[in-house]
Formats: sequence, C-alpha cells, structure tokens
Amino acid sequence: MSSIDETFQQLRAAGRKAFIPFITAGDPDLAMTAALIATLAKNGASLIEIGVPYSDPVADGPIIQASYTRALNSGVKLSAILNTTRAAAAKIKTPLISMISYAIVLRHGLEKYVADAQESGLSGAIVPDLPLEESAALADICQKADFSLIQLVTPTTPRERAVKIAENSTGFLYYVSIAGITGERAALPERLLEEVSWLREQTPLPVCIGFGISQSEHVRLLAPVADGLIVGSAIVRRAAEAQNRPREEVLREVGAFTAELVSALG
Amino acid sequence: MTRPTSSATSPPFSQVPNAQGRFGDFGGRFVPETLTQALEQLVEQYAAARQDPQFQAELDELLRDYVGRPSPLYFASRLTEQCGGAEIWLKREDLNHTGAHKINNTLGQALLTRRMGKQRVIAETGAGQHGVATATACAKFGFECVVYMGEEDIRRQAPNVSSMRLLGAEVRPVTSGSRTLRDATNEALRDWMASVGHTHYILGSVVGPHPFPQIVRDFQSVIGSETRAQTLARWGRLPDLVVACVGGGSNAAGMFYPLIDDDVELIGVEAGGAGSEPGQHAAPLNFGRPGVLHGSYSYVMQDDDGQTCDVHSISAGLDYPGIGPEHSYWKDSGRVQYLQCPDIDALRAFDALVRCEGILPALESSHAVAKAMTLAAQRPPEEKIVVCLSGRGDKDSLEISRLREKMMP
Repeated sequence: MSSIDETFQQLRAAGRKAFIPFITAGDPDLAMTAALIATLAKNGASLIEIGVPYSDPVADGPIIQASYTRALNSGVKLSAILNTTRAAAAKIKTPLISMISYAIVLRHGLEKYVADAQESGLSGAIVPDLPLEESAALADICQKADFSLIQLVTPTTPRERAVKIAENSTGFLYYVSIAGITGERAALPERLLEEVSWLREQTPLPVCIGFGISQSEHVRLLAPVADGLIVGSAIVRRAAEAQNRPREEVLREVGAFTAELVSALG
Repeated sequence: MTRPTSSATSPPFSQVPNAQGRFGDFGGRFVPETLTQALEQLVEQYAAARQDPQFQAELDELLRDYVGRPSPLYFASRLTEQCGGAEIWLKREDLNHTGAHKINNTLGQALLTRRMGKQRVIAETGAGQHGVATATACAKFGFECVVYMGEEDIRRQAPNVSSMRLLGAEVRPVTSGSRTLRDATNEALRDWMASVGHTHYILGSVVGPHPFPQIVRDFQSVIGSETRAQTLARWGRLPDLVVACVGGGSNAAGMFYPLIDDDVELIGVEAGGAGSEPGQHAAPLNFGRPGVLHGSYSYVMQDDDGQTCDVHSISAGLDYPGIGPEHSYWKDSGRVQYLQCPDIDALRAFDALVRCEGILPALESSHAVAKAMTLAAQRPPEEKIVVCLSGRGDKDSLEISRLREKMMP
C-alpha cells in the first residue's frame, strides 16, 4: 500500500475529501517551491502535485504553461527538483505526486525515474501524455515499486474505456472535468456531477476531479460526488506573484486560499 | 550497390505501421486522454474511407482537376550540365495549385473532415505552405479555418500569411517558445483539446500521434506513385537515386514510400543550418536521438532532461526539432540515408536552379536540390536522379534578398 492509498483510507475513515493543490517546481525558483510545499501541507492539503516543467506541454493552459517557461528559463533541472522534494518530504506527512511529461520520464529512463522519484519522497506520478495503450511498461515498473501511476479519464472518454482506465490506475483516478486544457473556468460542465457519480460506482479507487476548479463554489458543488479535488492554475497564478512581491506575503495568500478551499470541502 | 531489403523473417518496409501506429519501435500515440477518442474516430473513418471507392474517386478527381496532377517530371538539362555527372530530374510539386505538395494532404483530410461531419478545421504551419493549402481546402469545402503560426514565421513568410487571410482563414500568431513551427503545433494541439468534438486538426506533416503519420504519408504517396509510373513510362526503369528534403518529412515520405520496397537509393536531406552545434541546425536524424515529442516516439532534438531544444534553419518549413516516426524507422533500418545541407548551400542551390532552369524553388526544396547537385557531380552520366521539388519559392523571395545580404555579402 502506497502512502497515497493510506491517505485516502484515513480520509475515508474520517468522512473527509482530499484537497490536492498543484504547483510548478522551480517557479520562480526551488526555494519558493520548498516554501510552498510546506505552506500547502500546513494549510490542509491532503496530497500535493509537483509539476515538472516541460518545454512543450500540450494539456496545459496559459497560466501553467507560462509558469513552466519561467521555471525552465531559471535553469531548473529534474535532479534539482528531486533534491527539493526529498528535503520537503522529510518534513511533512502529506504525500507528494509528480505531474510529468512522458518525454522527460523516457529520457530519464523508466526504471530510473521511478527509483529516483521514490527515493526523493514522491509517492506517485501523473503522466498526462501517456494514455492507457502506451502505459504498460511504466505501469509494470510502478506496480513493482508500489509507486502510484495515476491515470486520467476525461469527458471524451467512452464509459467502457473509462472502466478499463480505472482498472489500470493506482493511487486514485483523475477525472478531468472538461475537454480542454488546464485553467480557471467560471462555470463547469453540467454533466460532470452525473459522470463522476457513475464512475465512482465502477471503481473502488478514489476519484478526484481536476481542471478548471478555482473557487469555493466549485468546491462546494463537486465535493459531494468526488473523493478529492485538484486545483492547479488558481494556485499557480497566486504563487506566481512571488516574482514581484515579498514571498512571505505571497505564501500567506496561498495558505489562506488553500485553507478557504479546504474548509469549503467540508 | 545492395540496399537493405526485407528478409524472410521481417515484413516488407511498406507494411507499417501496425495497429498501434508503430513503425518498428517508432511512432505510437503519446497524447492526453482527451484526444484519444478523436484519434480513434479518425482511425475508423480513415479505414472506411480507404475501402470506399467513391472517396478515392472524389480525391482523384480533385487532384486532377483542382490541383493539376499529375505533376510533371522535368529534366533539368542545364543544371545537369553544370554539375557534370548524373542526370537531374525534378518532380514538380511546385506546380501544384497553392505551390507545394501540401495540398495533396489537405484535400484528402478535408474529405475526411466532411465524412466525420465536422465543420471547423485547425492547422499548424511553419513556412505557411500547409497553412495556405489548408485554408484553400477549407474555402473549397466551406469549413471554418484557424491556422496557428509562430510569430517568427509570420515575419519571414509574410506573403503566405496574407494569402491565408484572403482565403478566409484566421491566422493566430503564436508567441510562446521559439515562435516557430514547434510552438504552432503545441497551440494547435491545445485548441484541439478543447474543440475536438466539432473540429478536425489537419496536421501538415508525417508527425504527431497515430494515425496522422500514416494518413499524411498515404495522401502524399501520390508523389512517389506518379514518379514511379512516369520514370517507368519514360525510361523503362526506376531512378537510381531519389532525393527529398525533410522537415517533419511529408514530401519525402510521400516520395519514398511507393519506392520503399524497390531497388532505388533514397536520400533525405535535413536542414544543416549554420553548424553542427545544438541550436544551429534542425537535423534530428543526424544529431538527435529517439524521444517523445508531439505525440510520437521518434528522433528529436532534446536535452538530457527531456526538454526540446531550440533548432535553426533559414527555411521555416524545416525549422522543426522532430521528424516523422517512419523516417526514424527507415534511418535505423538503413533503408534511407539522411544527410544534411547547411543554410548557405541551400541558398547557393536556390541561385543555381533559378539561373540554370528559371525555376524558383522553395528554400525547403533548395536543400534537396543542393544535395542532388553534389551527388550528381560524383556519379556517372548514365545514372538518373529525381529530386522532389516540393514547393515554389515565391514566398521566400523577400527573405532570400535579406539573407543574401547577410550571408553572401
């Protein structure tokens, strides 16, 4: 059982839902990343997604894309990111998950990536450009290492396929709320609640919803049907303020925003 | 000279990709789950279209009456004389409607778009040739058309930008990254993530996730099939050597594929740019290594961390860090040889072809002409070389004047 499984077990036992914020590693630098991880954990994050910046992220909207570009321009490398997560993970109980392109995993080497990530305090990975059909080799390695490989289901996924994806996912199942790229949205699709409720009946895995969630109202609306919610762009946009404002101030705001969403989660 | 051929144990080179879109180890489908369904739909619709005689008949008619096919096979006698060796023949894709081979693919994919009941089309473009060809097909079929183009390419290929707009397409400037073809492809994929229900992405090269590399190759194969028929009719034999430029690799794939199981030497020419250091060229088959970019596993210019490297070429259409997976397969199997041509040689070849033959080649195609001229000089007069003249150079004339001042003072 991975630490992600344990976290969900504890949440379920307590009748609570997971709050999963996303941050970009190295935006604007890794010191800020370490500080953000601590702030998010302190304010009630159940798991934290660490985005590994990639030069060509096709699933990401303008906010995360710009964040990746800033991080890469600062010269951040995977080895330095892993050093940061190793140090950060030692101080908190909140599991860390990497969001990483398959281009990077493959260049690093599949086995080596899983071993290095695990050794660096990461409990699992979301590989957004690795669909089910291409994932067997990595899934096999992850399985042996008890390292979660979180798969994604989207509104364009037919139900039969969604069940197959769920069977092959570990840790939790990531339900992408909208057909599109990441980013804050005012409104979420109508069929979302229905689809997630259906999906939760098909799998024992926790189902967490991400993409487009940015406000307390979204959280209140979705919390009843999901096991957890993922918030990316809304956090990244606030964290990006660190470029031109005092970091303490920015960390306080990110912390307050996190606490607000966590409390909306009930 | 003996070339690698298929053995009893391995299928012929033409029997790829498999159902997973793999050309040997290369290809596949590395895209977000959101796009999987659309790609599956495309696989199905394309398979059905191939079985449908009406589809092929309609495409053939368009290629004949609208594009002006077959494109001529032309003997470049003065260029041959100047090089003093093997005969140089040009497959005149520059004479197609819209001035390049790109229209072969966009018409085919426009027919698929209609078949899928979609009304909106998006595309990426580098040199603007694919953008113009897509805008043209969309005007003809009445589709809404959005073309993503890097800001740097909008600057250096201005004539094509104005053509696309005249044709009713919206040209969206891409300001991220290197502001070239790679970034335009990212933006087109992002658009498609959100619009996939009603939009078809007419990808312009043999790159991207399965089934694009196969579909684009097949639609472009008219180039090689005609070349085959034309050389057999004219000379009673196939050419000794065929040369084509390679960016993503669509004209080369279309030229090579119908000859891949024959005893014909095939050479692809990558953009050697200004030098062999990373960032100076756009030649992943010469200097890169296998990795994942834009949905497929293929040779790519990537650093040790998996980040895509910046590349350079004077030619916007070749200025791309990746390459179609089938080319990677052909390279590793030894079936096709991939050379590179520096910027300056391409410019000189451009001049040579203009002066000797009165033909303005695209900067992209000039890379193939340059290599063919060198090779022709080394080979005996009884050998015949066919060069795929993939496009015309009108779009480049302003940029070439600027480059000439800079590089050939």
